[in-house]
Amino acid sequence: MSTVAEHAHGHSADHHGGYSGVMRWITTTNHKDIGTLYLWFSFVMFLVGGVMALVMRAELFAPGLQVVAPDFFNQMITMHGLIMVFGAIMPAFVGFANWQIPMMIGAPDMAFARLNNWSFWLLPFAGALLILSFFMPGGAPGVGWTLYAPLTLQMGIGMDLTIFAVHILGMSSILGSINIITTILNMRAPGMTLMKMPLFCWTWLITAYLLVAAMPVLAGAVTMTLTDRHFGTTFFNAAGGGDPVLYQHIFWFFGHPEVYIIALPAFGVISQVIPAFSRKPLFGYTSMVYATAAIAILSFIVWAHHMYTVGMPVEGQLFFMYATTLIAVPTGVKVFNWVATMWRGSLSFETPMLFALGFLFLFTMGGFTGLVLSLAPIDIQLHDTYYVVAHFHYVMAIGAVFAGFAGVYFWLPKWTGRMYDERLGKWHFWLSTIFVNMTFFVQHFLGLAGMPRRIPDYPLMFETWNKISSIGAFGFGLAQILFLYIVLKAIRSGEKAPERPWEGADSLEWTHLPTPVPYHSFETRPVLK
Amino acid sequence: MATSKVRGLALFCAALAAAASGAAFALEWNLQPAASPIARDIHDLHEYIMLLVAVIFVGVFGVMFYAVYAHRKDKGHKPAKFHESTTVEVVWTIIPALILVVIAWPTTRVVLAQKDTSGPDLTIKVTGYQWKWGYEYLKGEGEGIQFVSRLATPREQIEGKAPKGEHYLLEVDHELVVPVGKKVRILTTAADVIHAWWIPALGVKQDAIPGFIRDTWFRADRTGVFRGQCAELCGKEHGFMPAVVRVVSQEDYTKWVAEKKKALAAAADDPARPWTLEELKARGEKVYAANCVACHQANGRGTPPAFPPLDGSALVLGPEAKVVDVVLNGVVRDGKPTAMAAFGKQLNDVEIAAVITFARNNWGNRTGEAVQPAAVKALRK
Repeated sequence: MSTVAEHAHGHSADHHGGYSGVMRWITTTNHKDIGTLYLWFSFVMFLVGGVMALVMRAELFAPGLQVVAPDFFNQMITMHGLIMVFGAIMPAFVGFANWQIPMMIGAPDMAFARLNNWSFWLLPFAGALLILSFFMPGGAPGVGWTLYAPLTLQMGIGMDLTIFAVHILGMSSILGSINIITTILNMRAPGMTLMKMPLFCWTWLITAYLLVAAMPVLAGAVTMTLTDRHFGTTFFNAAGGGDPVLYQHIFWFFGHPEVYIIALPAFGVISQVIPAFSRKPLFGYTSMVYATAAIAILSFIVWAHHMYTVGMPVEGQLFFMYATTLIAVPTGVKVFNWVATMWRGSLSFETPMLFALGFLFLFTMGGFTGLVLSLAPIDIQLHDTYYVVAHFHYVMAIGAVFAGFAGVYFWLPKWTGRMYDERLGKWHFWLSTIFVNMTFFVQHFLGLAGMPRRIPDYPLMFETWNKISSIGAFGFGLAQILFLYIVLKAIRSGEKAPERPWEGADSLEWTHLPTPVPYHSFETRPVLK
Repeated sequence: MATSKVRGLALFCAALAAAASGAAFALEWNLQPAASPIARDIHDLHEYIMLLVAVIFVGVFGVMFYAVYAHRKDKGHKPAKFHESTTVEVVWTIIPALILVVIAWPTTRVVLAQKDTSGPDLTIKVTGYQWKWGYEYLKGEGEGIQFVSRLATPREQIEGKAPKGEHYLLEVDHELVVPVGKKVRILTTAADVIHAWWIPALGVKQDAIPGFIRDTWFRADRTGVFRGQCAELCGKEHGFMPAVVRVVSQEDYTKWVAEKKKALAAAADDPARPWTLEELKARGEKVYAANCVACHQANGRGTPPAFPPLDGSALVLGPEAKVVDVVLNGVVRDGKPTAMAAFGKQLNDVEIAAVITFARNNWGNRTGEAVQPAAVKALRK
């Protein structure tokens, strides 16, 4: 441990390593550079996946086929899901982890600096494979991001590229997680006990364990798909003694923890932002840690609630239903704690706080619909409808995106030494909030009324809500251009940030480091009492 | 802040109004009216949960918005110091857990009822194909009836070349007919990939899994036509395979069974007799429109590379036996099935002979030869 700190000591504070220009970014082993790479990569992917969503919303603006053919529509749903989950949201939070964890625990850098470089640089290759699959004969796979067998067996070579992309993404996630676990467990400053860490570090520690446990399972599922496709195995083919439903069990054993892999770091960001703008410490820190751990553990025993309609035995149906409803308890604790943190605080509403409150609303709405969907009889009616689309977008997709925005506005002054434009930030918040609810709230109604998901065309009774949803989606998309402008403007010509722009923020990066932070954070380790 | 909120709300309302005025259709925003006891249970359960959720929502956000309103820095509110309270934390862990127990009771009752498929009056097997439903009356009145049910909405409506009808995408050529008040057990399976048979008003949705049989049931408590769609992504035409159930009175059902059996007997094509080229072409055009046009297109040019053209295709114009083999058994490449499905079990000899004759004598294809049903029969394995 101490050797790492001493090694970092040998460099001057603003030293960028041996290269400049592009080579600096390719060869960098600095946690801040790598964090920046992760964040920009995820934003690019967010735009790519967003454009795909807009293609779908354009097709769904009116009944009939106008914009794209059905098989291309299916390719869009698949790639939108994969790119948003693995390319946009997950790397964004790894970017936050890279920037923040060493600063928050008083470490000079991540534990495995070279591995860190590789974890990131795997991603562009995986992203390229996903995009490349569109140009293969037959195009990208049109099977949905869940890649259900046996539909995957009918796809062209684009399916194989997707499988390899998933392998590489998984590898990147596992390496990143090992790095995070090692950093947090071994590199905390003297006096920084586990239970004194900022909650963001706790949520990431637990997330990293989830990733290490869940990603290999996904790799297994897609590998079995690959061998079924090319090497004569029949894991998912009844004719050879296999079972298509086996795929779903394996996939969701990964897939449900994956939901929390996305949500937990978002909880972490929110747990930093809300106390800072309430000027009051986080309420129930200990119960927050336990609730996070409880959610993580429960996430491994609820996977088949995604499969109520496959025809499980009644005992299975009941077990997975009861286990799933249990998740409401620790999740409720978290929401109550956040609200209690605000209670009798001294609140102010700068952009990060607005996005945190936006997250709280979106996440709670998604949590409520989650409770509705956890009940097997209702889920059987709503499974594979737009109700589910609305639910998971609230709870993990835009919920996590809002947490990401909160985090960027919160730490941007620290990272760049410059302030963003508060007025524009508020505009970004209100436009995003209005349009995102316009997009997804009405989808609850569509699902209840009986519109299946993943269809390029629909019966006439669904027209109005679909129009509203499409208008909302385009509005939300445009609002993100504003976000890009705000960030670029802050970096280029933002006002110089004060040492502590947020008076209520009290973790180490605010209290022990100058603004902007030096290239190497803690050359001498801070000592905490 | 306050003004921007109001402005935002106004914008939102304006956008809503603009969007709503563009469409003349009713705003569906709840579950479809129930037509079976299970569907009604689902409704009740949903309303009960929504009520509960509304109360919790008001509680949580009431507290939050009160804090947002009253505990503001710009009002000079000084932050309190507290950051934990074991009592409060234990209370808000236990109360939600108790609420869950209260929810679990009525829900479990419905799960048990939903899963109880015993003692049916009528048993029907539903088979999912890419992209249509096959129905087979296995047991009970009407035993032996079987037919395939396809989307009846014309291609022109989908492509915007004709005005859309009332039941756009929710209409089929042959509806599933069942008697009112009888327990109908549905067995599902599939021939190719996973589909899901779903009739919202009856509260049934069951995945149809290739190689396995699963079951569900319903008892319709009123007559009427109930429409649903395939709910599991099953490929290109997933959005175009509706399922329609017509619930009729017992007398009407008995009548329907008699008529259907007579019609099925009369329609039984005789593959033994020789058919003329014109007869086969006319019949083939219909078979093509129902089974082939989605992939190979009306102009026979397909959408390569996934769906190859038939117009001018060397295979189509080549040896008869090879073409018959492809239609009967599908195309299997490297041991895995491709998008060209096997039609041997869905189409009879006459239909297969007819559609091949049509493809060999349409567009630029001009063989001038008829493929006889007897030849197809001979090639069946």
